[in-house]
Amino acid sequence: MIELAGLEKRFGDHLVLRGIDLSMQEGSVTALVGPSGGGKSTLLRCINLLEIPSAGSLQVGGEKIAFRQDARPPRADVQKIRRQTGMVFQNFQLFPHRSAIENVMEGLVTVLKWPKDRARERAMELLTKVGMAQKADAWPSTLSGGQQQRVAIARALAPSPRVLLCDEPTSALDPELSGEVVEVLAQLAREGTTMVMATHDLRLAARVAGEVIVLDDGQVVETGASKVIFSHPSRERTKRFIATLTSESEGLDFRSND
Amino acid sequence: MPDWLQLMWSSLGPLLWAALVYTVPLTLLSFVLGLIVGLVCAVVRLFGPRPLVWIVRFYVWIIRGTPLLVQLFVIFYGLPSIGVTLDAFTAGLIGFTLNVGAYTSEILRAVLSAVPKGQWEASYSIGMTWSQAMRRTIVPQAARIAVPPLSNSFISLVKDTSLAAAITVPELFQAAQRIVATTYEPLVLYIEAALIYLVISSVLSSLQQRLEVRFGQYGGFLEARA
Repeated sequence: MIELAGLEKRFGDHLVLRGIDLSMQEGSVTALVGPSGGGKSTLLRCINLLEIPSAGSLQVGGEKIAFRQDARPPRADVQKIRRQTGMVFQNFQLFPHRSAIENVMEGLVTVLKWPKDRARERAMELLTKVGMAQKADAWPSTLSGGQQQRVAIARALAPSPRVLLCDEPTSALDPELSGEVVEVLAQLAREGTTMVMATHDLRLAARVAGEVIVLDDGQVVETGASKVIFSHPSRERTKRFIATLTSESEGLDFRSND
Repeated sequence: MPDWLQLMWSSLGPLLWAALVYTVPLTLLSFVLGLIVGLVCAVVRLFGPRPLVWIVRFYVWIIRGTPLLVQLFVIFYGLPSIGVTLDAFTAGLIGFTLNVGAYTSEILRAVLSAVPKGQWEASYSIGMTWSQAMRRTIVPQAARIAVPPLSNSFISLVKDTSLAAAITVPELFQAAQRIVATTYEPLVLYIEAALIYLVISSVLSSLQQRLEVRFGQYGGFLEARA
């Protein structure tokens, strides 16, 4: 479903991803965890090409693309990959000049050229799914963080992407609000939505993800089922990292955001 | 009716006519054209290739660094000596357009780059192309913050068009000058002309307020006091 082979990303002289080989199955939910600066976000952003990898290859669904340091891939190829993916951002990034439902309709109307009433119907279904139907006509600025993130999830799902990418989806939210977002993501997971999420939020990772990938210093240092990794990490460094997450989530009440 | 009031009343017709036929069209046309020039320049400055960026910077440097009146003289009186003869209105239109373009390009560059980068990424993430993101996401948000500074330019422009009198455009101010030449009543006529400029600017200011309200409906910013 998603295949990364020898994926590298370089910012100037700094190698942020050092040859990542991964594959994710259809219907799986994968959490990318690891210390800050380990490359989680960058890896996620490489999957929908918000960052263009410097080397290696990427396959999402049926679209495959190879990267070279000195040449940007053709725009059409980038578009094809992006259309297979949906993205949820840490800071929601709803369009502030569009109402909740217009945010969800935007990709359908502008990119996929759906007629407005059909797009509205689909958007309403998605808003209902994330529990935001009653706020369909609200401006984003009048919604709480958790509500904005739920609308953002609906927006990302609207064009029926093959995979939903979530970049720290709960870390700008306080525990109470992040709870409602975790609920929505857990429900999507149960329905078989393929997801990859970068997160610090142990509650999110343990509750929603089936697979865990630990990234440190641009490399995959450990992979496995989330139950196994969280209870019996094999590497000392991973153990310590999991321990910090656990203590953080125990002290969640004092931690308003990341 | 005192004499001065009588004079004001009898000159009102010709002055308003001059405003309607010259001042207003010159203002509107050069503002619209100038905005287009400004938008193109702003986009080039932000996203364009190096050589084009230099050309735009050179253009802005020249226009902002020299007096508008001198620019108008160069275009109307200077260009004929290299074979480019323009009628007064066209010369004025070109001069004002170039001027508006240079100043608004800086405004537009600022407001376009004020829209957070995450808005581009959100647009790309739902599959938009660069131009779709620009049109649907960036420009509408930039337009909102652009209203006050662009209104400044617009109102300045209304008054600046009086400089066109110096290159023989028979606009509002020149119409007043011509009446003064026969009546010898400069105080009355120039105050009357000033009042007409004031009325036009006031109408534009109220238009600005309406635009701000319209663009401001989605909230999330500090409410502007009316």
